[in-house]
Amino acid sequence: MGKIEIVKGGEFIVKETEAKDIFIPEEFDEEQRMIAQTCQDFLDTEVMPLLDRIDNQEEGLIRELLNKAGELGLLGISLPEKYDGFGQSFVTSMLVCEILGAGYSFAVAHSCHTGIGSLPISFYGTEEQKQKYLPKLASGEWVGAYCLTEPGAGSDANAGKSKAVLSDDSKFYILNGQKMWITNSGFADVFTVFAKIDNDRVLSAFIVERDFPGLTFNPEEKKMGIKGSSTRQIFFNDCKVPVENLLGGRGKGYRIALNTLHMGRIKMGGNVLGAAKLTINQSVNYANERRQFGTFISNFGAIKYKLAEQVIKTFITESAVYRASRNIDEAVEKNLEEGAEEKPLIVAFDQLAIEAAILKVFASEALDYIVDEAVQIYGGMGYSAEMPVDRSYRDSRINRIFEGTNEINRLLLVDTLLKRGAKGEFDLYGEAEKVVKNLVDLPEELEKLSDYYGKKKQYIKHFKKVALFLIHIASEKFERQLVYEQEILNNIADIIMHIYIAESTLLRIEKLESMKGEENIKIYRDILDVFVYDASGIINKCGLDAIHSFADRQDKDLLLKGIKYYTEVEGVNVKEARRRIADKLIEDNRYNF
Amino acid sequence: MKVIVCLGNVPDTTTKIKFVDDNKAFDTIGVQWIINPWDELALTRAMELKEDSRNTVDTVTVITVGLKEVEPTIRKALAIGADDAIRIDADPKDAYCVAFQLAEVLKKEDFGIVFSGIESSDYNSAAVGGMLAEFLDLPSVSAVSSLQMDESAVNLTRDIDGGREVISIQTPFVAIVQKGIAIEPRIPAMRGIMMARKKPLNVVEPAEQEVLTGFSSFELPKSKPPCKMINPENLKELVDLLQNEANVL
Ligand SMILES: Cc1cc2nc3c(=O)[nH]c(=O)nc-3n(C[C@H](O)[C@H](O)[C@H](O)COP(=O)(O)OP(=O)(O)OC[C@H]3O[C@@H](n4cnc5c(N)ncnc54)[C@H](O)[C@@H]3O)c2cc1C
Repeated sequence: MGKIEIVKGGEFIVKETEAKDIFIPEEFDEEQRMIAQTCQDFLDTEVMPLLDRIDNQEEGLIRELLNKAGELGLLGISLPEKYDGFGQSFVTSMLVCEILGAGYSFAVAHSCHTGIGSLPISFYGTEEQKQKYLPKLASGEWVGAYCLTEPGAGSDANAGKSKAVLSDDSKFYILNGQKMWITNSGFADVFTVFAKIDNDRVLSAFIVERDFPGLTFNPEEKKMGIKGSSTRQIFFNDCKVPVENLLGGRGKGYRIALNTLHMGRIKMGGNVLGAAKLTINQSVNYANERRQFGTFISNFGAIKYKLAEQVIKTFITESAVYRASRNIDEAVEKNLEEGAEEKPLIVAFDQLAIEAAILKVFASEALDYIVDEAVQIYGGMGYSAEMPVDRSYRDSRINRIFEGTNEINRLLLVDTLLKRGAKGEFDLYGEAEKVVKNLVDLPEELEKLSDYYGKKKQYIKHFKKVALFLIHIASEKFERQLVYEQEILNNIADIIMHIYIAESTLLRIEKLESMKGEENIKIYRDILDVFVYDASGIINKCGLDAIHSFADRQDKDLLLKGIKYYTEVEGVNVKEARRRIADKLIEDNRYNF
Repeated sequence: MKVIVCLGNVPDTTTKIKFVDDNKAFDTIGVQWIINPWDELALTRAMELKEDSRNTVDTVTVITVGLKEVEPTIRKALAIGADDAIRIDADPKDAYCVAFQLAEVLKKEDFGIVFSGIESSDYNSAAVGGMLAEFLDLPSVSAVSSLQMDESAVNLTRDIDGGREVISIQTPFVAIVQKGIAIEPRIPAMRGIMMARKKPLNVVEPAEQEVLTGFSSFELPKSKPPCKMINPENLKELVDLLQNEANVL
């Protein structure tokens, strides 16, 4: 086997990837499928029958479910074997996230516990800390939570006022402050709490146990959705934290917080997939049963459009989710080989920060579209609080807010890309300059390729050029002031997201075709056709918006011509393609793509 | 004592059934396979017997007749806790074939109880258990819904029409089990899944055998007409529909 070339996060914008080099979900092995089935069985038998009781926050219920998940080993998937975990690959942990992601509030409790609740200790803990906490977190005997947000520090996470000072005998940090919106707080035993030591400008992280003196909790927040998930404010009043519970060293908190969030963001991509597939099943089941005007509503083109879009959004998100997840595993392997200074997995998350932000934003917005159309497909029944789509609709909304709002993630992804370019991690500005230079020599017409994948690759290459020349001219024009031009950064972010998702989908389907043959993947070509066509429209619009907003008069015509040229794609009969996609869904009566 | 559990590999119960080859063959494309639900319950009971230290059960072996594709199903049984597995490398054509092949292998095994599900959820022929006992020249008890062991005997409960029958029996024998033999199938835990790959899965060649049956054709049941809603006030319409459309009155 040849050595895998490691993917540098964000480099996709200047680099082509081959289909054989990405991982696709069709490649899960038997063991991964068995793990997925265990998750599904657990969800079907233990969680789904209790959804109403979970949403009523019945005392002890979620905790009991987490314990049962722990007995099955589902809380220790990503933790090292040394601490009673299963040391599974990141891809496998994502598959678990995907399946359990259909579990509404339970999914939130589970992913909070196994992700942001456990991993800071796993990544940054000392040997003693890991031995003390991880086995209990892996079994579910203890539940974890993560306390970053404060009333005055949400998106601006570093603005927190929580403070720690060393006690006179130097044995404790005395912690004072207030945290809010803390998931699992009603029953968690272990909290990773971020606070500043003395007058530090940067955060430190502490492992705080529920029983430490000085912790008090507000009652449960009344929420729009994920009502079964516990969310409270926590007050720390002279809370005594033993000095050995400082996590990762003084001043390391911000880095711990960020890297934990990078991980959480990718994982949200997985969670969303499970919820999306469940919602699609709810939608198509109803559309196949409800009759109006003498026929099933699934026979109406307007409904088929919605069903097809639900499928497309899910499939394309999935393509990117597993591509990026494997890149994490590869980065870990590589970091291990090279003896990275920090832990290989942390470095890997940092490396894939751009992709993580893309997945977070794209997946959460895809799910919001899917649940919204699910309500619409149910019509008046969709507005009934007794229908399952009611819960799907309300529970989806939070995803655009937590793990960093989508606004913050859009800004972050462009910012990180520009910084990496400036650092020379890959030749962003060189490539961008080339594109700008070439704008004057653009041919009148697009070169017509006949090869199916060749053509799609050409389009995506062109989309990248749009991103590159916008980055170039926006950076030149605004220099350091670019951070204040959020609208333009958003345009660029949207373009980059669509590029990554489109490319991941293209590579997945190309690989799938090499495995199964063209005859058997026609429906996937429909998905690709529709999405690349739509993406070209979105990229075109974002490009135009940006250029009309800031380009100088003398450059404008040239830039507009560039946008037009690089977003041109062949027309697609999207109506028929969507109908074919919807018809497969309608025939199967469940998501089976 | 060793307990044997016979496993059938069947399509998931929610599978959309389609036929190919001029309606002579079941279309297996895209089908998800599972352990036959009765066999899965038998396996659960076998595991319970092994785990209860008052019993003398020390090994649970699963056995199946099937080609390589059935191995994921077998490994699931190993993940649930079976100690080892035997796969008889033959396409299970009919109940006779399955019973005969199982018997050929089990004749050489030393065991106390053989569990067989009362039927399989695919062809529901409900014939393997009885035939297997005959081939093995062992007693068999059918429709067993409870199995308890004590020092001197095994006590079985059979659900019979309108009542229950309790039977006491000596090993070895074949228990043909009903739902009720265990409450719920077990979900394989991560640890079991990890261990499954290290457990022995022995593949044995099938014995020579004549094929006695073949499929002439399959037919799907007529699709049900959609449910009609009637205003509860409108009894007359209901009676009319039951009489003239459903023809049940
Ligand atoms: C149900 C729930 C569970 C949660 N669980 C946890 C948890 O377990 N642990 C934890 O630490 N936190 C948790 N949070 C907090 C969550 O991460 C924050 O709510 C989120 O980061 C946003 O912060 P904020 O609410 O203060 O909004 P704000 O930061 O006040 O944002 C308000 C709006 O302004 C926008 N905005 C803010 N800054 C900028 C900017 N620079 N540029 C452009 N737009 C900007 C935001 O995108 C948003 O649209 C949870 C929140 C909820 C609702």
